[in-house]
Amino acid sequence: MINRILAWLTDGAHWQGDDGILRRVVEHMEYSVAALVIAALIAIPLGLYIGHTGRGRFLVVNAVGAARAIPSLGLLFLAFLWLGPRLSGDIAFLAPAGLVLIVLAIPPILSGAYAGVEGVEPAARDAAAGMGMRGTEVLRHVELPCALPLILSGIRSAMLQVIATATIAAVVGLGGLGRFLIDGLAVRDTPQTASGAILVAVLALVVDMVLALVQRSVVSPGLTGRYGKVSL
Amino acid sequence: MTWLRGHFVDVLGLAGQHIYLAGVPLVLGLLIALPLGWLACRYKVLYPFLIIGTGLLYTIPSLALFIMLPLLLGTHVLDPTNVLIAMTIYTVALLVRTVADGLGAVPDEVNQSATAMGYKRGRRFVSVELPLAVPVISAGLRVAAVSNVSIVSVASLIGVPQLGSLFTDGFNRAFLDPIIVGVVACVLLALLFDVTILGVTRLATPWQRAGEASS
Repeated sequence: MINRILAWLTDGAHWQGDDGILRRVVEHMEYSVAALVIAALIAIPLGLYIGHTGRGRFLVVNAVGAARAIPSLGLLFLAFLWLGPRLSGDIAFLAPAGLVLIVLAIPPILSGAYAGVEGVEPAARDAAAGMGMRGTEVLRHVELPCALPLILSGIRSAMLQVIATATIAAVVGLGGLGRFLIDGLAVRDTPQTASGAILVAVLALVVDMVLALVQRSVVSPGLTGRYGKVSL
Repeated sequence: MTWLRGHFVDVLGLAGQHIYLAGVPLVLGLLIALPLGWLACRYKVLYPFLIIGTGLLYTIPSLALFIMLPLLLGTHVLDPTNVLIAMTIYTVALLVRTVADGLGAVPDEVNQSATAMGYKRGRRFVSVELPLAVPVISAGLRVAAVSNVSIVSVASLIGVPQLGSLFTDGFNRAFLDPIIVGVVACVLLALLFDVTILGVTRLATPWQRAGEASS
């Protein structure tokens, strides 16, 4: 079996064309990044606002817990059967799947942004106010940089969630690497199914590692202690 | 609602299957994560390896893991064992860090006092360190339980029956009722797991309530 999977993966014909591996990887990343960016545009400002003002804290904690309990497969089918018939063309399966991906990506980013700002030391906030910074300046120059590690952790877990769900979304007709798994399962083509599974796992690992590197490089050295202890 | 009335027994059977597939890995995962977490906490050199190693397992999308396991283990594709093992892997991945951090948060003075009172390492772990780490471990276990319930439903795509079968059934017939019942049942099940873990934690940490009555 291993040999047949290797043969499938190393067959050049499987890599090219509109339903080839390369095209599917690009599709998978397009859906995932688009959903992640939209989710981040909604969740980061909202999380920063809630963390900064303390308003709506109750909402975040409960919404995040509840969202985790909702099964993504069920949500995907519901969105597809509800929205699908009301739309036409490619949008009929792109919109429901995209919506579900965005909805699933929001909670982890929201809780990261909120917890990040919430966890900023009051002393740092007071010092900033003492230096004459206004509310929004404190947010931009102190709270945001301090919250960055947690915001990025939130984005990393959201991305993993989105990549996994985009795979499943092939059931409702979405492209991406999930096609190999779903189509392979449908016709009992084990080499294709297994190759798809391996490719998705590798993609998730690589993306997570890239995001981990981004996390390392954009977080202020003052927070990570990479410049060593500052002596006064 | 009429659909649910006609299929109540089927839904209950699927829910039972779902509890089995999500619950057993929770217990197994905890039993495996305890020694691993202890190792990561006791030997700081091992900490990054164990945390990164288990973290990598967690990045594998569930459908991919469900498909790869039978090939690695030689089991049949429809064998529920694959799902049990996959869920155990996810549980361990989530819990090793929690266990290590929970044990690490036990104050040094407490450990020293226990040693001074004659506790040997093994007994100190079981009767002092582990109980004090219960609240942290329980928080991790709640996250694992809720996400297990959600992930198990994906197994319906590879043909292992549980509540997720209601999703595929409804989708294949373009019929919303079973899907809605399935989603609600999954959320209720997650709630049931959550409440159970909270209850057990409460029983296991009587000292947390000791102050309440007097204050």
